[in-house]
Amino acid sequence: MEITTTQYKHCDLVQVAGRVDSATAPGFSEALGKITGEARYRIVLDLSRLEFISSAGLRVLINTQKECKRYNRGELVLACVPTNIHSALDLSGFIELFKLFPDVLTGVGHF
Amino acid sequence: MKNLTLPGFYENLAIICEYVRQAAEQAGLSEKAAYEVETAVDEAFANIIDHAYGGEGKGDIECSCVIDEKGLTIQMRDHGREFNPSRIKAPNIKAPLSKRKDRGLGLYLMRQWMDVVNFEFSQTQGNVLTMVKYRESKN
Repeated sequence: MEITTTQYKHCDLVQVAGRVDSATAPGFSEALGKITGEARYRIVLDLSRLEFISSAGLRVLINTQKECKRYNRGELVLACVPTNIHSALDLSGFIELFKLFPDVLTGVGHF
Repeated sequence: MKNLTLPGFYENLAIICEYVRQAAEQAGLSEKAAYEVETAVDEAFANIIDHAYGGEGKGDIECSCVIDEKGLTIQMRDHGREFNPSRIKAPNIKAPLSKRKDRGLGLYLMRQWMDVVNFEFSQTQGNVLTMVKYRESKN
C-alpha cells in the first residue's frame, strides 16, 4: 500500500494505491487520522489505484466518515472507485454513506 | 495446485491472495469472481489470526485449492481454538452511519461472495473451512 496526501485550501486529497488489508489498514487509518487530528474533516479519497480492500479497510472508511461527519463539520468522499471495490462497498451497504465522484476534480470541487 | 502453509501473520495476506488468484485463474473464473474469492480468502485468513489464534504469530494456516468441473474449492485449516461462526453477528448494512458497527463484515462478505462456506472443527483436525466458488456462480 502507498499513500500520498495533498492539502488544498478547502479539503485534503488522499490517494491510496495497492492493497488495504489487515496488514496495511493501520497505516491507512493513521494517514487519515493525521488529517482529522489536525481538525480537517473534508477529505477526498482517490481510489483509482486501489487494487484490493478487505473489511479491515472498510472499517477505516466507516470510522473516518463518522469522525468527519460529526457535528456536520465535513465528510469523506470517494473518487474514481474501481469496479471490484465498488462491488465490495455496495455489498456492505456503504454506497448510501459516501458520495462518489467519477474523478478527483469533481470530488475536490464538491467542497 | 500445491498446498500452501503460512505462519499466521497479516503480512502473509498478500501471499495467500496471490496464491488463490492464480488458482482462480487456472479454474477459469472471471476477473470479478477471482476478486470475490480473493476477498473471501483474505477475510478467512485474517479471521483465523483474530479469532482462532487470538493474535499474530500463534500458529500456521494451511490452504489448499482443488479445481474440478464445477469450479474452485478452497480449504483452510488451522490449529487454534474452535471458531463458532454463529457467535459473529451479521452486520446491519441498512443502518444509518451513526449506528453502523465496524465488525462482522468479513464473514458477511465471505458468505455473500462464495457459493459454499462451511466451518468444521475437530480435536485432531482443528478448524477446517471449506469454501466453493462455482463457475456458474450465484453472483
